[in-house]
Amino acid sequence: MSTAVIHAEGLSKRYQRGALASSGLLRDTLARMLRAPWTAFQRNKPETFWALKDISLDVREGEVLGLIGRNGSGKTTLLKILSRITRPTEGWAEIHGRVGSLLEVGTGFHPELTGRENTFLSGAILGMSKQEIIRKFDEIVSFAELEKFIDTPVKHYSSGMYVRLAFAVAAHLEPEILLVDEVLAVGDIRFQKKCLGKMGDVARAGRTVILVSHQLNQIRRLCNRTIWLDGGALRQAGPTAELVSAYEEDMTTSSVEDIRPVDGPAQFLRWKLVGENRTSDHILPSDGEMSVSFLLRVNTQLHSVHHGIGLYDQHRHLLWGNALDGVTLEPGLHEFCYTLPMLPLRPGVYSWRVALYDAGVRIDDWECVPQMHVVTVPITHYRDESAGFLNIPSKLEIVPATVAK
Amino acid sequence: MASATSNPSATSTLANRPPGLLTLRIEPPNTLFELRLKELWTYRELLFFLVWRDVKIRYKQTVIGVSWVIVQPLLTMLVATLFFGKLAKLPSQGLPYSVFCFAALVPWTYFSTALVAATNVMVENQRVITKVYFPRLVLPVSAALSGLVDFAIGFVVLLIFTFAHGIRPAWTLVLLPLFLLLAVFTVLGVGLWLSALNALYRDVKYLIPFIVQFWTLASPVYYSSSMVPERYRWLYGLNPMAGVIDGFRWALTGTGHPPTASLFASVGIVIVAVLGGLFFFNRMEGSIADRV
Repeated sequence: MSTAVIHAEGLSKRYQRGALASSGLLRDTLARMLRAPWTAFQRNKPETFWALKDISLDVREGEVLGLIGRNGSGKTTLLKILSRITRPTEGWAEIHGRVGSLLEVGTGFHPELTGRENTFLSGAILGMSKQEIIRKFDEIVSFAELEKFIDTPVKHYSSGMYVRLAFAVAAHLEPEILLVDEVLAVGDIRFQKKCLGKMGDVARAGRTVILVSHQLNQIRRLCNRTIWLDGGALRQAGPTAELVSAYEEDMTTSSVEDIRPVDGPAQFLRWKLVGENRTSDHILPSDGEMSVSFLLRVNTQLHSVHHGIGLYDQHRHLLWGNALDGVTLEPGLHEFCYTLPMLPLRPGVYSWRVALYDAGVRIDDWECVPQMHVVTVPITHYRDESAGFLNIPSKLEIVPATVAK
Repeated sequence: MASATSNPSATSTLANRPPGLLTLRIEPPNTLFELRLKELWTYRELLFFLVWRDVKIRYKQTVIGVSWVIVQPLLTMLVATLFFGKLAKLPSQGLPYSVFCFAALVPWTYFSTALVAATNVMVENQRVITKVYFPRLVLPVSAALSGLVDFAIGFVVLLIFTFAHGIRPAWTLVLLPLFLLLAVFTVLGVGLWLSALNALYRDVKYLIPFIVQFWTLASPVYYSSSMVPERYRWLYGLNPMAGVIDGFRWALTGTGHPPTASLFASVGIVIVAVLGGLFFFNRMEGSIADRV
């Protein structure tokens, strides 16, 4: 049976530039009204942009639809409209069935409350009834593997435990339609696989899923059909295999200016993992030798370059850094390629930062996007909070010691 | 306006729709007057959980927890009794000044803390608001309700206190919940406006301490409303908290006058404020997730 459960026509969303970042002042608004009461209500529109433009789509019952596109292409905006978090500026949609949305992990969690209390709270916020939570409670706890810690306040949880519980709650949401945004990018690979398995179950149970992910392999594995958004508009829709290939093609061949606009004497444009060991541009699958490359466009000759690089974890700890002085760079494209014999990081999300100075003047300082996902198998201490930064195998020998008197 | 109906119209474009499922329609915001109270009712469990969360966290975080709820109005009462009662010798409707004042402080403390909570509730929950849908109205309502737990504790202390002063509750006590209800609706009537404004404009929070201070002085907390000349009494009643406090004190002690003319004014203005607040809040709801 393939009836449409979501039908959207011409969905568009316009935002005011900058309005997302901060709200205005009531004082200013009132002053405007007092100064010119007759114009205050005629909106003299500030600069606006269309985050989403004229999206029409049908999603059939039981379908797992992938949503891909670059950052800012409107994927999250589309999910937010379909989940009613925000309203469209134009267009409309009809949805049949209960909608659950999973736009972040741990929605509604409060650090002071225990795992048990947060399970109920987060469950209720995500749309579960009290009866439903009570019924699934044991299952949620065992899925999260947190039987021992369920009555501990979550502020004492490690990030891994937190994510496991949060996802376990969300994974037990049983709406007819589930909207998921990139939430699987967290946690270690074993738990990610478990979650994917659970989501596969959801899809097989005839429920409809819309999944946003930058991890194209996930999209390949889970989605029958995929939609590619580009600049807020629908670029292409079709069977996943073809579409993801076309998208990958586009990501590698499209002009580099698309990724970061060039102005100033020089600018980093994009970064990616290179070398044999990679499966994707921004996912690090192993702890062996790795190479990472940063593309730099130089517009005018630079004589006295200082270049710095840093690798940060999610909590902004600097994990590794290096710098280089006194280089001359000719105009044109340059690739800065670093090779490390090993990068034994624990699974998680990390970010690169590259900077360039010329004669002491800052030319560029780029917090690289997208972030780097490390999906290696955790091999150190089983409790996250005792494991530290590094994912290195170790050998312990206990031998009798003789101390010379 | 997104709305859930179990009875989709004949114009529905989805053929062969699975039976028994809700149909949601998502559209740009329109200007129709909708109160959306029915939706609030379907989300009553979430409302319960939010109130439960507020109460849990409040009593978990502070070590003195419950005692703070008692100590705060008690200390205020002691200082007021000293300065307003003993030194300024303000009339207190034939009650001991301490009882007179404490009977007002308990509902007033509820009102002022709940109003501040309702004002901040949208901003405090902005992460949730931008990540999941539920009728936003649940948030200010939960803020207004969770203050009632503190109120209940304060009320028990108040009962003991009046009893210790030899004042026995009169039959009028049965009317007390009505005045409490009026206080809850006053919180909503003002809180709905302020919470939406606070989410949209970041300078509203600076207004709140002033509003609370101003309102304390305009309410019969430390003085008796009988000091207001009779012919201005209805005007005074436009402050709904005047009706709440007078009525609360009267219902508890059985002395003084039942508020009449002023009470009608209070109820009237609260109804207008709540309806207006619902309308304003629902209109702003769409832009709140985009702007907080």
